Amino acid sequence: MASRTVAKDIITLRGSAAIVSEFFGYAANSILYNRGVYPEESFAKVKKYGLPMLLTQDEEWLEAGKLQRVVMVIMSKATKEVLERWNFSIETDSDVVEKGVSREKSDREIMREIQAIMRQIASSITYLPCLDEPCVFDVLAYTDTDVPVPFTWIESDPKLIANPQMVKLHSFDTKIHKVDTLVSYKNDEWDEQ
Amino acid sequence: MDAGSLSSFSNLKGQSRCPLQEQLLQRKNSKENMDRFIPNRSAMDFDYAHYMLTDGRKIKENQTACSPAREAYRKQLAETLNMNRTRILAFKNKPPAPVELFPSEHSTASAHPTKSLKPRRHIPQSSERTLDAPDLVDDFYLNLLDWGSSNVLAIALGNTVYLWDASDSSTSELVTVDDENGPVTSVNWAPDGRHIAIGLNNSEVQLWDSTANRQLRTLRGCHRSRVGSMAWNNHILTTGGMDGQIVNNDVRIRSHVVETYRGHQQEVCGLKWSASGQQLASGGNDNVVHIWDRSMASSSSPTQWLHRLEEHTSAVKALAWCPFQSNLLATGGGGGDRTIKFWNTHTGACLNSVDTGSQVCSLLWSKNERELLSSHGFTQNQLTLWKYPSMVKMAELMGHTSRVLYMAQSPDGCTVASAAGDETLRFWNVFGVPEVAKTAPKVNRELFSQLNRIR
Repeated sequence: MASRTVAKDIITLRGSAAIVSEFFGYAANSILYNRGVYPEESFAKVKKYGLPMLLTQDEEWLEAGKLQRVVMVIMSKATKEVLERWNFSIETDSDVVEKGVSREKSDREIMREIQAIMRQIASSITYLPCLDEPCVFDVLAYTDTDVPVPFTWIESDPKLIANPQMVKLHSFDTKIHKVDTLVSYKNDEWDEQ
Repeated sequence: MDAGSLSSFSNLKGQSRCPLQEQLLQRKNSKENMDRFIPNRSAMDFDYAHYMLTDGRKIKENQTACSPAREAYRKQLAETLNMNRTRILAFKNKPPAPVELFPSEHSTASAHPTKSLKPRRHIPQSSERTLDAPDLVDDFYLNLLDWGSSNVLAIALGNTVYLWDASDSSTSELVTVDDENGPVTSVNWAPDGRHIAIGLNNSEVQLWDSTANRQLRTLRGCHRSRVGSMAWNNHILTTGGMDGQIVNNDVRIRSHVVETYRGHQQEVCGLKWSASGQQLASGGNDNVVHIWDRSMASSSSPTQWLHRLEEHTSAVKALAWCPFQSNLLATGGGGGDRTIKFWNTHTGACLNSVDTGSQVCSLLWSKNERELLSSHGFTQNQLTLWKYPSMVKMAELMGHTSRVLYMAQSPDGCTVASAAGDETLRFWNVFGVPEVAKTAPKVNRELFSQLNRIR
């Protein structure tokens, strides 16, 4: 686990940032695995790729309070059409960022909330439309404009879905960062709208 | 006059082969869609989301004509929505693409049946053919159109019944009744496609052989007033009258009245036997739908109904049994109701109710797809094609200038004929061509591969 203060119930900005970025790691892995974007065998390789890099950057942004949301986009490999969009929006308590105060919340409580979201992601396969074709994924970060862009990231368009179906999942709150999860997906052929 | 072996009911039974589980899964999904459609508002930034979703379109507009006022408005909007405070970044090194494509049965337990995406078929928006139907009576409670299994369409215009052969488009007159007996109030082909029953305003029913052009008999005394609806069940002709009575007539025997169903207080305008011939659905001007079951027949007293469905608030003429799900009945209400309701006729439960916005005159299920066609009156006089079970409108067919009171389906299930008080008979290729035209089993090899698919 990343650095956390000794007294378990006290959450600092750094601690909260660590929790949130760890959550993103788990969530991203879970989404890729459950949605079948990568077959099981190659999953170990994919896990090592890129996601740790993503996490360290996120932590930096989270500590600065500059990260607004993280979006994982699943697109068709052939047509590059966006099929699914996992949106994690972040609300940062600006007091904590500016004044460096800390908050109180039980570790167990936060973990429980995160577990609830993970379970929801896993069970989302029951209603999300099948991804029949080969897919690739992309990660987008919505940040404040005054953030310097590290060389591993480039500017991008939001990669939205037109007329999506949206499902809101549970959220979790460290009292410093509040993360909401929303998945939007392209309407399935079945529900011709 | 043995109509047993050529009964069209057994044909229908052979075609319905959908396992019950699949239907339930689909419905659960569409219900969940309706539940989930509005997510938790408090947690969502709706303004932002809406702006983002429409942003692309707005940009295109700006490229053509951009007034300074609009530009300033955009800027203002962007500021208030914190747009220019956000930068969207994507990770530069794109992740590797999946090496192999595995079939979707692999790893993720998919709840959806793996269905190959069919291209959407084109539904012609105008009628393929329009025929003149002068003197067609514009009365909601009558049933003046029926398409027989021999591909001959029967239509009653005033006092005359005409037969239109769909294979060569030829018209012939079957019978013209006297003024005092007429007009003709209902026509219905027997399952064999050769014999036809004609109900009259004077409460009599005539039985004709259309190939020999000969009247076989007249059924008298079953009703006290006009016979507006009829339905065949093998050798039983069920007639519904303005007196509210429903009579089962065995056409083979002299004393033809074998059973009477009492329950409706007013005219019986809708009458349909289920595909199995076990249940009869009847709709009346008293806004009630009754389900009658053959197993409840008793010789001593008038038969009691199995279900009495009172949810409609207007006359129910439109009745249609689902060909691919037994015990599913669709009913449509008249001008004061305007809804289509779906029922489980085992339990009598109402499964769904859809407001169509217009009087429902007739309903037809597609034999090829999971679709339902309804015909309407004021104001559009349209035919609406619905996807089942989502009840999404797939098409609206316009053309009639008066309420579309009568509809009939061709025996091959591809074409629908509709007739209205505007004195036209229109044909619509709305149901498309059957997906698999299986004629005869070819080789043993093919039969074996079919068994695998069924599993």
